[in-house]
Amino acid sequence: MKDEITREERVAGLKGMGCSRKRVEDARFTQGKGNYVDDIKLPGMLHGDFVRSPYAHARIKSINIDAAMALPGVTAVLTAKDLEPLGLHWMPTLAGDKQMVLADGKVLFQGQEVAFVVASDRYVAADAVELIEVDYEELDVLVDPFKSLQSDVVLREDLVAEDGSIPNGAHGPRKHHNHIFTWEAGEEEATNQVIDNAEVVATEEMYYHRTHPCPLETCGSVASMDKVNGKLTLWGTFQAPHVVRTVASLLSGIEEHNIRVVSPDIGGGFGNKVGVYPGYVCSIVASIVTGVPVKWVEDRMENLMSTAFARDYWMKGKISATKDGKITGLHCHVTADHGAFDACADPTKFPAGFMNICTGSYDIPVAYLGVDGVYTNKAPGGVSYRCSFRVTEAVYFIERMIEVLAIELNMDPAELRSINFIKKEQFPYTAALGWEYDSGDYQTAWDKALLAVDYKGLRAEQVERVEAFKRGETRKVMGIGLSFFTEIVGAGPVKNCDILGMGMFDSCEIRIHPTGSAVARLGTISQGQGHATTFAQILATEIGLSAESITIEEGDTDTAPYGLGTYGSRSTPVAGAAAAMAGRKIRAKAQMIAAYLLEVHDNDVEFDVDRFVVKGSPEQFKTMKEIAYAAYNQAIPGLEPGLEAVSYYDPPNMTYPFGAYVCVMDIDVDTGVPEIRRFYALDDCGTRINPMVIEGQIHGGLTEALAVALGQEIAYDDMGNCKTGTLMDFFLPTAWEVPNYETDFTVTPSPHHPIGAKGVGESPHVGGVPCFSNAVQDAFRPFGNRHTNMPHDHWRIWQTANNLGMHD
Amino acid sequence: MSNTMHVKLNVNGEDHEFLAEPRELLIYALREKLNLTGSHVGCETSHCGACTVTMNGKSVKSCTVFVAQANGAEVTTVEGLGNPDALHVLQESFKEHHGLQCGYCTPGMITRAAKLLEENPNPTEEDIRFGIAGNICRCTGYQNIVKSILSAASDMNAAKEAAQ
Ligand code: FES
Ligand code: FES
Repeated sequence: MKDEITREERVAGLKGMGCSRKRVEDARFTQGKGNYVDDIKLPGMLHGDFVRSPYAHARIKSINIDAAMALPGVTAVLTAKDLEPLGLHWMPTLAGDKQMVLADGKVLFQGQEVAFVVASDRYVAADAVELIEVDYEELDVLVDPFKSLQSDVVLREDLVAEDGSIPNGAHGPRKHHNHIFTWEAGEEEATNQVIDNAEVVATEEMYYHRTHPCPLETCGSVASMDKVNGKLTLWGTFQAPHVVRTVASLLSGIEEHNIRVVSPDIGGGFGNKVGVYPGYVCSIVASIVTGVPVKWVEDRMENLMSTAFARDYWMKGKISATKDGKITGLHCHVTADHGAFDACADPTKFPAGFMNICTGSYDIPVAYLGVDGVYTNKAPGGVSYRCSFRVTEAVYFIERMIEVLAIELNMDPAELRSINFIKKEQFPYTAALGWEYDSGDYQTAWDKALLAVDYKGLRAEQVERVEAFKRGETRKVMGIGLSFFTEIVGAGPVKNCDILGMGMFDSCEIRIHPTGSAVARLGTISQGQGHATTFAQILATEIGLSAESITIEEGDTDTAPYGLGTYGSRSTPVAGAAAAMAGRKIRAKAQMIAAYLLEVHDNDVEFDVDRFVVKGSPEQFKTMKEIAYAAYNQAIPGLEPGLEAVSYYDPPNMTYPFGAYVCVMDIDVDTGVPEIRRFYALDDCGTRINPMVIEGQIHGGLTEALAVALGQEIAYDDMGNCKTGTLMDFFLPTAWEVPNYETDFTVTPSPHHPIGAKGVGESPHVGGVPCFSNAVQDAFRPFGNRHTNMPHDHWRIWQTANNLGMHD
Repeated sequence: MSNTMHVKLNVNGEDHEFLAEPRELLIYALREKLNLTGSHVGCETSHCGACTVTMNGKSVKSCTVFVAQANGAEVTTVEGLGNPDALHVLQESFKEHHGLQCGYCTPGMITRAAKLLEENPNPTEEDIRFGIAGNICRCTGYQNIVKSILSAASDMNAAKEAAQ
């Protein structure tokens, strides 16, 4: 069969890598036919709801459930006492600590789970919650980590030995009963020596405030224990379903093959849905106890107050340089507020995540990082909110230190960055704190960005504006925010990255059907990233079948191969690599089949877009469709029938996407309102799989960065009351506050990734936060500002202006 | 369930009658009684717009309407906007311009946008940004949502002109 279409048409027909393929998910979502956890409705299903603590620290003297149990429609009320015989009143956290599932004798943060009501519907459950009487005895509250480290008040009595000594924690020795760990990287003595003898030193203290990922869908689960078959099915908002299955098995004693965990459609994750929450455990126990399915879905207030905060890092920095701006050393100390339980979602060996990427994109010869984790009476969490583990904190830290150093040196901050970039020819580059950066071309990206925005022109305009302000001709000041970031994503090599002992590889399994369509299953799970669209594109290019005829499935542990899930931008770097490798295995077998069909030697055929051709005579070929059919229906000597492949991919290194961002902002000093005039974002995420999806990720990540920098926070008063438990107080930007973004790119493929891709979903958040913050700070720099803490909401900006005497 | 009332609703052109407690929120009646799970819950405090439906010709947040208040009303949800064989222009254009990611805000957003375009067939970008400010999206940063709505407006106007 000869076909008339050109090679270009064949390439286009694949809808493979590099094209802006429209998303296959959208038909369902736009018609309201998604299937999210709360959409699941099973026969006889009951609803669970929590009694939560109104106090941040209190002893529980008694719990009276009688009135609740007497309410028609209430089936059960669970307390820690009911869970204790099962060993489920506490559960392990991802950080090697443990956490109460239901309050065991005391509560440690406001909103903590105290009792779990199971009732016929959500209204009855809520009524029953009101009827449960808990008698509390209030205890002294610690919300400040520095005070916590000095206090006699013991938060975690379970972590103090009977003789009063402090046993080691999961990450080594603890200095105080409220101390969790000390984690260090680099050389402190050598760093101090360099800094003490440096020509110029800048120091700064900054607080990266507590915030929350707040996806639009809250967390929830539906558990269904089938007692006849001994099978437990658990649907839930899980960014890592396979890990949940393993943990559920270890905790419950139910064998892993008898547990099926399903992540259905997920309404955004951003790190919120990585952890294991008491609600999941309680829904499972309740289903086992009642014998019917039990649903638990938290409301927004519960989401903001109890599941997965992010950040809360008190950072202290020292940076040294020569007079002409060459950085010589960096010292960073962090006091990390982890709340009541250490439930950070970090790889085991990294209790402060990848904070040791805090030397950023710069060639800094010597550095030191020390992190102290501390318990306080706040919600547990410490998740990576749209970033790889603690990279947002690291990048914010270095990008602020650069700005402060520029002030100290009286130098332009853009130029200071240029002087210190790791140079293209230095890659692979080993940083002072240990990471091996795989690739980069920072100067090219930086120059492109500065040119695109006419950086010189902007600075000139800013000088004029300052003069005009001083002359009283305007009340608006102008800020130019810069940031250059390097992300570290795609955890990760199993040799140094695991979660609860589970190595962080990922996987892909492909089955080609006889008619030349395919299904591929992966260990990851989309929460809006569009995996069903983009993974099919990778496979289309690798195996030569159209993306339109490849179905992607994820999130069902009964069918998908084991993988560690989606967070830390690891889907493309790890599962995307597994997809490419599995695709290549398909191709290898296809080559043998093609050679047999074409009656030539294996080495005499080569792959070309969607077919194998005989080398040197392209009119002799077999398409992948023909090969697929033959794989099943023709006896080929020496070959098994069928065309399937599986790949478990353990990446040799992380990937290091980078980018250059510029934000131009006008700020009204009398109202404190910032107006974003322009935002330019250049991203280098290596090979680009779907430019449309990449752009969408960048818009979204920048908007979440805008939120965090300009107002979003989880705040507590001295009594440990969470002051930001509803969307009235917790800032989520609307279309009205958000600008249009200009996106741009360079392409520096990852040298070790099979297709050179690096991951992109989180870069805009990592680079965006310092860029917005730097814009605000830069606007006030000519008036004497050096550093103010985020979030820069209107009130705080007004205060900054006021403190600088700009209202006089 | 003594404290229940008889509720009549016309949803997407179909009449429904059921018993419900007066305090039940419209969103739960739609999702759990009528199995129309397209409209979502993101806050239950009128802030996010995931639950947006059209009730008696106005966009409302169905998480803050008691079913008793809705009694006798005409309601349109995302399920009533188009069908698999004939998508609503907005449904097409959200796909075309990548106006959604996780899809959780999408039904509320599209329902709101449909009403907005009915009220103002020639909106400026500003009109749109203001008009959907009651609908939060955590994924897209709105840029492509605005683009989707602008393009749907021009497609709808073109179709209208062609019909005349
Ligand atoms: S759920 Fe109705 S506005 Fe958020
Ligand atoms: S697409 Fe996820 S909230 Fe809008």
